[in-house]
This record gives sequence, C-alpha cells and structure tokens, in this order.
Amino acid sequence: MNQIKDKTWLMRTYSGYASAKESNTLYRKNMAKGQTGLSIAFDLPTQTGYDSDHILAHGEVGKLGVPMRNYEDMEVLFDQIPIEKINTSMTINAPTAWILALYITAAKKQGAVISRLRGTVQNDILKEYLSRGTYIFPPKPSMRLTADVISYTINNIPKWNPINICSYHLQESGATPVQELAYTLANAMSVLDTVKEREDVRPEDFPKVVGRISFFLNAGIRFVEEICKIRVFTKMWDQLCKDHYGVEDPKLRQFRYGVQVNSLNLTQRQPENNVARIIYEFLSVVLSKNARARSIQLPAWNEAFGLPRKWDQQWSLRLQQIMAFETDLLEYDDIFEGSEVIARKEEELEEEAAAELKIIMEMGGAIEALENGYMKRKLVQSNAKRLREIETEKRIVVGVNKFVEGEPSPLTENMAQSFLTVDDAVEADQISSLERFRKSRNKDKVAFALDHLRQSVIGGENIMDAGIKCAEAGVTTGEWADTLRDVFGEYRAPTGISGVLSAKLDNEKIVRLRARIQQLNEALGRNLKLLIGKPGLDGHSNGAEQIAVKAKEVGMEVVYEGIRLTPEKIAESALQEGVHVVGLSILSGSHLSLLPEVIHCMKQRGLDDIPIVLGGIIPKQDIPKMDLNMIQRIYAPRDFDLNRIMNEIIDVVARANDIKLSET
Amino acid sequence: MTVDPFDIRLADILKGKKAAVAQALNLLEDKKPSSLEHRVKLVETLSLNARPERHVIGITGPPGVGKSTLISQLIPKYRDQNKSIGIITVDPSSKRSGGALLGDRTRIAYDPKDVDIFIRSMAAAGHLGGVAWRTRQCLTLFESVYDRIIIETVGVGQSETEIEDVVDTVVFVIQPGSGDVLQFMKAGIMEVPHILVMNKADLKSLAEKSKNELEAVASIGSADKEGWNLTLAMTSALEGWGVEEFVAAIETHGLHLKKRNISEKRRQNRIKWVYMIFRERFGSFGVDVLGGEKNILRILNPRDIINPFEEVQTLEQIFWKAILDSRLPSSSSSIF
Repeated sequence: MNQIKDKTWLMRTYSGYASAKESNTLYRKNMAKGQTGLSIAFDLPTQTGYDSDHILAHGEVGKLGVPMRNYEDMEVLFDQIPIEKINTSMTINAPTAWILALYITAAKKQGAVISRLRGTVQNDILKEYLSRGTYIFPPKPSMRLTADVISYTINNIPKWNPINICSYHLQESGATPVQELAYTLANAMSVLDTVKEREDVRPEDFPKVVGRISFFLNAGIRFVEEICKIRVFTKMWDQLCKDHYGVEDPKLRQFRYGVQVNSLNLTQRQPENNVARIIYEFLSVVLSKNARARSIQLPAWNEAFGLPRKWDQQWSLRLQQIMAFETDLLEYDDIFEGSEVIARKEEELEEEAAAELKIIMEMGGAIEALENGYMKRKLVQSNAKRLREIETEKRIVVGVNKFVEGEPSPLTENMAQSFLTVDDAVEADQISSLERFRKSRNKDKVAFALDHLRQSVIGGENIMDAGIKCAEAGVTTGEWADTLRDVFGEYRAPTGISGVLSAKLDNEKIVRLRARIQQLNEALGRNLKLLIGKPGLDGHSNGAEQIAVKAKEVGMEVVYEGIRLTPEKIAESALQEGVHVVGLSILSGSHLSLLPEVIHCMKQRGLDDIPIVLGGIIPKQDIPKMDLNMIQRIYAPRDFDLNRIMNEIIDVVARANDIKLSET
Repeated sequence: MTVDPFDIRLADILKGKKAAVAQALNLLEDKKPSSLEHRVKLVETLSLNARPERHVIGITGPPGVGKSTLISQLIPKYRDQNKSIGIITVDPSSKRSGGALLGDRTRIAYDPKDVDIFIRSMAAAGHLGGVAWRTRQCLTLFESVYDRIIIETVGVGQSETEIEDVVDTVVFVIQPGSGDVLQFMKAGIMEVPHILVMNKADLKSLAEKSKNELEAVASIGSADKEGWNLTLAMTSALEGWGVEEFVAAIETHGLHLKKRNISEKRRQNRIKWVYMIFRERFGSFGVDVLGGEKNILRILNPRDIINPFEEVQTLEQIFWKAILDSRLPSSSSSIF
C-alpha cells in the first residue's frame, strides 16, 4: 500500500491541581515527556465562579484542578510556557468568557500576538445542566455567553475552537449511543441557531463558525458499537451542516472531535483490569480513520480511587504512544469501509437517533427539552436501566459481578500512596495569596471595570471586551461571576428523577423491601423519610439520583435536594422536613472537610439522633477520621447492589429508633 | 421512641422556633393510634391560636410550569415586608410502592439562616397531586405561626378544585402555548382560581397569543360569590419580572376577602375538612349512609368548627345510629 501515513493525534493528559505554581511544574514535566498539548483542569470553585474564600469553596480549593482567580494565577500557570506556540485546551464552561479573558491577558503580558493563539475552550453549557453540574446562570443567558465567546474568537482569534460540545458527560450519566447522538446534535443546533441570530457575526462568516465547532466524545467498552456511533456522528453532522445550515465547503462540515475514554466503568476492585478497559475503549476512537479523534486523553488506571499521580499519567500516555508509533495502524486507510456488518449497525443507530432528534426539535429544541426536564429524565432512566442490568448480571463487569475471586493486587498494596492527595494547607495558602492580591490592586480601577462589565451585560454587548478590561484591572473570578449573577440570577436545573418509571415487574427482592418498609412505617408512625443531598461544589449527581429513584421505588419518601448545598442548608432541610435519615454524596474528595461541617450543623439543631449514610470515593485511611456515630454506612461507586443499600438504610433507621424488624 | 407532645412547648411553636415547629409537624403526621389524643389536642390548641392576619395561598399548575421558581421569587418580596412565610409542597406518591419523590424543595431558594421561613414537603398518599387532610392538619399549625402560607400542589386536572376548599386565595400557574387554558375551560374549573399567572411570559409571541385567549376567557366569567373578578398576571420567573404585580394581586385578593366575610369562607373550608376526615374513615359507604356529601355539609353548616376531630365524632354518632336503625345484615359492617 502506497499512501501517506496518517498524522498522529494530539496526546493530552487532563491535569491541574493545588495551585498555579504546582500545576505549572507538572505541565512542564509532561511536555518534556513528549506531550503535545495542554489540557487544563480547573478546580470546582473556579468552574462555578467562586473565589477560594467563598463558603461553598471550602474543601474544594485546588482539589480537582488548578484554582484560577485572577490574571496573576494565569501568568504563573504559563510561566516559561510560550502561550503563542502551544495548543491549550481548557475545561471550562459557565465562566468561559472570563477564563478566556484571563488567558488573553496573560498572553498579552508574554508579548504574544492574540490572533495567533490556538486552543479550545469547552464552553458547552447544556451538558452541565444535564450531567456535570457546573452551571451558574439560567440556560438562556448562558447561551448568550456561549455565543459571546464564539463571536469574539471568530472575529479575533480565528484558529481558536470556541466550543467543544460534549457527549462525554452524557454517556457518564447513562446515555445510550442513540441518546448521545440525538442530544449532542440537538445541543449543537441550539448553539448554531443562537449564533446565527447575532449581529456581530457576519452572515458570510457563519460557515466558518460551523467549521470551528468541535466535539468531545466518550468511548465505552462496547467498542464495536462505539466505532459505529462515531462514524454515524460524522455522517449526521455533515448532513446537518449541509442541508440545514447550507454549508457548502465539506472541510467546514468535518466532525472534529477529541476524546477521553470512559472512566465511569473503571473499577476499584482488581484495578489492574482497568488498563485493559482503557485500551479497548481507546480502539473505538482510533481504528476507523474516517472517524479518528483529533486529540485523545486516556484516564489512569486508578481514577476510581482518586487523583492519579504523575507516574499513572505517564502510563496512560505511553499506551497512546505505543499505538501511534509501534503499531501499523496509521499506515492504512479506513479499515471498515465496505463492511456490511458495520454499515447495518450504523443504519440502525442513525435511524433511531434521527427519530429522537425529531422529538426534541418538535419540543422547540434542546433548551426547551432541557428546561422541561425531558432529556434529564431520559438520562436518569437509562442509567437506572444500566444499573439494573449490572445488578442482575445481564451486563458483565469482570472482577465486580463476575470472576470476582482474585489474587491480591500488588498495585494496591500501598493504597495510601497510590494516588495523589492534595494537602489541606493548599486551601489556606490560596486564600492568603488571594487576600494579598486583593490588597495590592487599585480599587478604583476594579470598581470601574466591574461597573463597565455590568453595563455591557445589561446592554447586551459582547462581554469579552469588558471582561478583558476586568482581567487587566485585577478583578477576581468570584467578582466577575457575582456581577453576572446579579443580572441573570442563578438557576437550578431539573433533577430528572421524578417521572422515572420503575422496572416493569417487581421482583421478589423489591417486594420484600417494601414489606420491611411497611413494617418500619407502622412502628415509626410516619413514612420513612430520607433526605438526599450533595454538599460542596461537586456536580456529579448520578449516584445520588440513582439512590433517590431506587428509594422511591421501594417505598421511601425521598426529599431530593440536589447539588451544591452548604452544610447549613442540608441540616436545615433535615430539621424542617423531619427526615429519619440523611444520605450524602461527595465524589470530589472533599469529604474530610465537608462532613464535620454537616455534622456540626446537624448537632446545632439537635439532630444528633439522625443517622447519615455516605456515598463517595472515600479512601480507607480516611474512615477512622470520621464521626462514625453519625455516619453509619459508607458506600463507594463500586457498590452496585442498590437493594442491599436500601436494606441497610432500613436497618440504620430501625436501629436509631429502637425498632426490631424481621430479617431481610 | 414515642413522641410526647408535652415536650413541645406551645409558646415555642407560636414563636416559630424551628425545632418546635418541626417536632409538632412530626406529631401531626403521626399515624399511630397511641398519639391520636395528643394530635387532637394540638389541633384544637392551634386552631384557637390562629393568627388573625394570616393569608393562605394555594399555588397549583401542571408540572414544569415554574411554580417553585415563582415561589422563590415571592419569598424575598414578602421577607422585605417583614412577613414570615410557611410553605407546604405536596407531591403525589406512588400507588404501587407508597414511595414519593419530594423534589420541589431544591428549587425553592431561601436563606437557611432566616428564622422566619419554613418549608415542609409532603407526599399526598392516595390523592393524586391533591391536598390530603393531613396537609390540612399541618396547615393549622402554619396558620398559627406564619403571616403568609403557601401550599404548592401539582395540578393534574380535578385536584385543582380540592385546593379551593383549603386556602383563601387560589392561584393557577400556566405557561404560554400549552393548551392548558382550553383544558381548564373544558374541565369547567376556570371558576376556581382567583389569580391566573402566565409564567414564562418571556416566550413572547406565544405569550401574546395565549394572553389574548385568556383575556377572552376571563372577560366571559363574572364575579365569583365573593364578588371577585379573576385577575391575570404575566410573569417570567426566569427573567424575574412580573413578580411584584403578582404579589400585589395576591394581597389585593386578601384585602378583598377581609372586607367581605373571610371568616365565613374559612369556616366553610373547615366544614369541608371535617367531611374529608369522615370520608377517609368511613368511605363512600359512610357518606351514603349520611345521605351524601351535601347532606353532611348541611348537618355541619350551623357549626363553628374549632376542633374538626370532635365534629367528626358527631358525624360518627349519627352514622352509627343510622346503621343500627336500618338493621342492616351484620356482614355489611365488616367493611370497617
């Protein structure tokens, strides 16, 4: 075969933690090892528009990414890294306009030519409401911010990817391939429709906007179906751009996407198996040349435990390098062309996705289907189905519900050291550096810049210019977001858990559970009432949602409080609602700082006798540090047997109320 | 662990101390026969302590119309006027499992430090989105503690009329272009609300069209028996406008009722409450034995209802007498 070898994809590792300085050191090391692009993770306070000293930020500063509060942080983050020369991907959504303003400010200070910058901002708000949870404002004003960034970059930074529409998180929330296709395309259409109406985007530039849209996908373990899914994505997107938006140039209709393979199904049990999962998932995004990813980041084998260390990240990078440089994959054309089996599967997916897309369009588009809760409800339902399948062994997870017996893993022998933990001192350091920064600024300049920002938000101008002025004046992330909150208001997205249908047939286990709850209710005098909430800023609500759905199915009254709660709010709800038990979910690793606060607030209200059950990624060595009088059960994502969890919640409540129940 | 109601100090409840209010609610929701006596006594005491300046507002409408968001915006308006607020949200429970998802609380924004606001979610067992009489019991508590009381229910057809018998002011929330107006007209329940709110009026073109429809409907209707004409309010809970006018409409209706005879309306509501308790205990058979709903309401009509549970006993006595007099075969009494 005599043809040009395909170019290697961009290899990234998603990283950032603790502080701008620490992250800068990490980036420079990774680049020295051959990493060709940067992928920046911001901490949750940054992603939700809070400064490090905000009450909701407590316990989250620097945990899941780098804190980014002002232009100084951005300068430090790129110290000795030439911004003009590198390709930077930033996972930022609600405050994208702000983070991009900080990036531009830091670039200017390095003397970079702004129009030459290359990179990507995620800037995809819809999936935040559906899955990831780091939204701030209501959908419509958020869409305007998205469009502000797009129009700014089209006019000023032509090589920038101003939006990276994600199906990644939809899959993590349980989306089927068909749902991923339909919801992602509906989302893209709502973005394009918003931009099309803008006066600051010239009609002749609109095809360029279409060409700048990129996607961020997920690849699951069923890799043949996943290959087909991605090939259908490329096909449907091409048609949509051509027929619906009239884009003539086929190059501008290319489905450009980056990928992080699925980390939802990575397990804590026999974690070495995760390497195999990562590789098989990786196959689905590289094997088909016509649907090959532009950039890839692989999770680390130990992500189910906590933040990967540098060595874990290196291992994942090597997996990619072996595929790209040792194997012969890149020497061939698309190896699936002409396969009837693949074509049939593609047809099936396309047909179903088109039907689902039509339903959303008839509702009035993605924003409407989001606000009325349709898409979220469907996702929660799919996820409930997936969990039921694992429970009933219809879906096999090796080492978890099948082939469970195994040798002790040498990889986890010294678990405490086998992932990265962020020192609690980081938060205090960040708060004091922020205070120092605030004192050093020119107050009048800051006030003037914020006022100008406010005016352009109200006046409907593109807020990028005012944002860059704010960045230069030394405005902080929290101040920028507060100004917008003041004008737009805040938002709480539909939870999607009401209206989820339970399994068609009640199996024996459920019938028995209901009988036990009935017995408990009679002894309690009131129906068993459970409060479920997520303290802190972590927005990954899948686990909490599934527990809520299940608890209702077996007969509990569930007060579902959702995400982003202060400890005080949780305690107050527990009191006002008169619940018998409180369920908390914390996946961000901030349990040691959040739990004592929740417990303190509960005790203040005389709720010492209300037991807590906890779900989250909790390392073993943290358990003795918790108040185990209050926290009576701890569950991990690996605990897929929801019936057992329900039974244990019943036991916990019975014990707290001195009630004897019949055995399970 | 038994709840001894005498552990709860009445003074603490009336002052709105949250722990006392919460505990009293737990007692009122208790179903154990052993606590009945305490509950009855608590309801009576609370009824005698109802705040004269209270105003009970029922907010209902189809799911997803933005009721919770709207309530979130009422809260600061009332708190600015230094009025305390109690909110009861009612969600339907599953027939099959008895379980319920009480998810509205999460979308009602309030300050957990504020001592003058209290929100309680309830499952309406057996009442699809409607108001259970247990809700009525808890309302009695709120009526002695808070200035403004809001009951939020999901309106799914007939249940809209149920709320009419519980609150002072009925608010229907609808959204543009949903066809709800037509449904309401068909169902003959356009007479029920005092205020009709079109939320999501930011959907402009649709809103205009629906508003015209509504105004046409509203103008056909004449004043209700209290001489009130249906008020139409346009709001956008998302964009945050129209809320002030909405609050003004609620307050105007409250004043209107006070000028008319609000205590008579409330007395009638309490009569319906007695009827509801009786119906729950004795079923439609019991209602038939007493000559149907109308007859029961007539029996109760002259009464000043302080303690509904005592009044139910009056009905019970009439019931048993009727049973004995009719010498029914003994098997039919087994249905109790």
